[in-house]
Amino acid sequence: MQLALERRAERSTVIAIASPLIAIALTLVTIAVLFAILGKNPIEALDVYFLEPLLDPYSLGEIVVKATPLVMIAIGLSLCYIANIWNIGAEGQFLIGAVTGSWLAVRTNGTDAGHWVLPAMLVLGALGGALYALIPAICKVRFGASEILTSLMLVYVANFGMDYLVRGPWRDPHGLNFPTTAEFDPVATVPTLFEDSRVHAGSLVALAVVMLATVLLGRTIMGFEIRLVGAAPKAARFSGFNADRLVLFTFAVSGALAGLAGIIEVAGPVGHLQPDISPGYGFTAIIVAFLGRLNPIGILIAGLFLALTFIGGENAEIAIKVPLDLTKVFQGILLFYVLACDSLIVYRIRLIGTFRKLAHADV
Amino acid sequence: MRAIGITKRYGSFLANDGIDLDLYPAEIHALLGENGAGKSTLVKVMYGLIQPSAGELQWMGQKLVLTGPSEARALGIGMVFQHFSLFENLTVAENVALGLAPTESFTAMSERLEETARVYGLPLDPKREVWRLSVGERQRIEIVRMLMQNPKLLILDEPTAVLTPQEADQLFVVLDRLKSEGRAILYISHKLDEVKRLCDTATILRGGKKISTCDPRRETAASLARMMVGAEIGEVKAASGRGVSVPRLVIHQLSLQPDDPHGTHLDQVSLEVRGGEVVGIAGVSGNGQDELFAALSGERLSPSGGAIVIDGLAAGLLGVNERRRMGAAFVPEERLGHGTAPRMKLSENALLTGHAASGMVKHGFVNRPATLATVDRTTETFDVRKAKRDPEALSLSGGNLQKFIVGREILREPGVLVVSQPTWGVDAGAAATIRQALIDLAARGAAVLVVSQDLDELAEIADRIAVMFHGRLSSPLDAADVTREKLGLLMGGAKAGEAPSAEEASHAVGP
Repeated sequence: MQLALERRAERSTVIAIASPLIAIALTLVTIAVLFAILGKNPIEALDVYFLEPLLDPYSLGEIVVKATPLVMIAIGLSLCYIANIWNIGAEGQFLIGAVTGSWLAVRTNGTDAGHWVLPAMLVLGALGGALYALIPAICKVRFGASEILTSLMLVYVANFGMDYLVRGPWRDPHGLNFPTTAEFDPVATVPTLFEDSRVHAGSLVALAVVMLATVLLGRTIMGFEIRLVGAAPKAARFSGFNADRLVLFTFAVSGALAGLAGIIEVAGPVGHLQPDISPGYGFTAIIVAFLGRLNPIGILIAGLFLALTFIGGENAEIAIKVPLDLTKVFQGILLFYVLACDSLIVYRIRLIGTFRKLAHADV
Repeated sequence: MRAIGITKRYGSFLANDGIDLDLYPAEIHALLGENGAGKSTLVKVMYGLIQPSAGELQWMGQKLVLTGPSEARALGIGMVFQHFSLFENLTVAENVALGLAPTESFTAMSERLEETARVYGLPLDPKREVWRLSVGERQRIEIVRMLMQNPKLLILDEPTAVLTPQEADQLFVVLDRLKSEGRAILYISHKLDEVKRLCDTATILRGGKKISTCDPRRETAASLARMMVGAEIGEVKAASGRGVSVPRLVIHQLSLQPDDPHGTHLDQVSLEVRGGEVVGIAGVSGNGQDELFAALSGERLSPSGGAIVIDGLAAGLLGVNERRRMGAAFVPEERLGHGTAPRMKLSENALLTGHAASGMVKHGFVNRPATLATVDRTTETFDVRKAKRDPEALSLSGGNLQKFIVGREILREPGVLVVSQPTWGVDAGAAATIRQALIDLAARGAAVLVVSQDLDELAEIADRIAVMFHGRLSSPLDAADVTREKLGLLMGGAKAGEAPSAEEASHAVGP
């Protein structure tokens, strides 16, 4: 007996919707087994992980706070991935955006600069992320360098670059030698939306990005170009689209969104620039993009779900004493299952060999 | 070999519906049918590539269950596919070795290869790399590879589709000889004159069902065609009194290096196509037709603007959309992946070539009703049959998709139309529709350039025919007084590379 993948005549819409759900279910089963091996009660652990955060208003707010950068970054990445362009370096673009935006906050710190500071910071953050993302894009277009490697490696460059700044020139002179800039002025801070919650105006920006992406992909010729280049590159060339230009465009847009997410994170929930501003948002966003089926609305839902794993992970660390790194294990398993289940959209599993007659009965 | 009641079901679709077929030694049996009639499904069942849903195969009177092609080969069933499975960078002998069971040494195998090739009059140099060979030579590799396994039954899938008339004649000699050796041959084709000439028996399939088994020599081409199509095929009629106007598409001494290492170098190609005429480019594929199409469409830019002139304007340095805006339209050879995005809807595929020049885009936004209207108009005008209003391109049959692709360009009323292999692998009904549409477009004053390997097609629609060989284009001959033999010789390289006459060269100078 042997398993074989057989191409479906039409792609299955049922599976397209069910695939992420199947992936989540399989992940939950796997993680439950993992808990059992660690000697924890799996039911209790899953409850702490996935249900408790949903019942507590503060945790709900935190989920929104964490989902905000995830969704913004994942939207940008989805544009690349739809076009078969592989930007893996959103984490670096996120950090650079945080740095370039913070530059203005640091420069104007303690002065009486007006309300123009925050908008200017956002523009600078987006610009910084976009320019940083253009480095691997240009390397790919000019020299044929693999954007997967270059964009990934630039993450570490960004990380250490930022580290240098907050430990060196930008360090808060009154900060007791902690590697952090001074707390940003109110004009350089993203306002919160509710009392007693860290939910901030950046979440509205993320929602706007979701809507813009929906329009871009579904209604515009640019969206058509992105989808066509990914689906049939030769047909895209016949259609007169320039693949190199699209590499630059998608990298710039995804870099800008990651950079914007970075400066919003720093100017919002964090309030100053410091080394560990990201628990790996740029990498988790890759999972969000795929779990959301590279669809803006799907990404919004997937972003909230992955944010839940962050909050649940923090809860579980306190409540049942499991390491925080379990969250990353969890996210990795999830991505694995999502990609595996995706192949079922275009293929179906068939048994061949001894069970041939059985398998034929239902085709 | 007998096939009894072979049925193959894909979901609710019956690709084969209770087909019986008897093959006897020393007989060439034709399997006739349009695209989608179920020919390929049936032979795949007989070669063990797919399992029938019902029915059985018998081999020499014994019930037979094939689990795969290797088992079929072991029994003595050989097959030559329409698309070759050869590695371009390997030599002939290496390719043959890959297809055989590894029971003998490479040198012994090479000797046997040369021996087999010589005995059957299929000259092959075992040490040549495949990419250096013509399509006809590549087919010889496949045939020799099959013969080295000493098959009792040979299945050939449209073997002459890629051959010049002379090469086809050589193949027929080989097939006759194999028949006289007592082998059974199943010959798949839709070329009726070939079948009448070569085959002893013919089985005709239509819509997955067997229509009849007959002696093709006692039938007329028309009666065979009727059985294949199920209706009379309309003759393609040239519009009378068609006037020829000024040159609308001019290629002037176009030379271009290929960007693919196995591609063909275009060498001083010159041609002019006038409004109101259909010019055909014949030639065996791989002689520069793909490169010429890319240069004409603007997917590859020419070295100078004047190398390609559309309606009097230098276009050699312009991209494909700028050329479309000048009133040119293009239909590439490859339907899926080049002419259309397979997994996209027809409306999106209408946008694919229409976004630049057909008012489908306003301020960057796609006008969806306009793209759907193009689909509807194409469906209506060209009788495109499909399951729903706007399905994925992949779900259409070859003929219907080709009608859509040609139709979407013709509805834009182009002044210049370049079509590559317009009816390749398309059923007879759709082919007639497409050819008629090309002639009618020319009659309305457009310049139509048709690149085709099918000489019958060119004879039917072209006013002048030029031949492409090794990247050079012969000067065009008047279709009325050209013979198949003459074209065949040109396609094989005789007299290739005639310089364009002085008169023509002077016409071809751009502004």
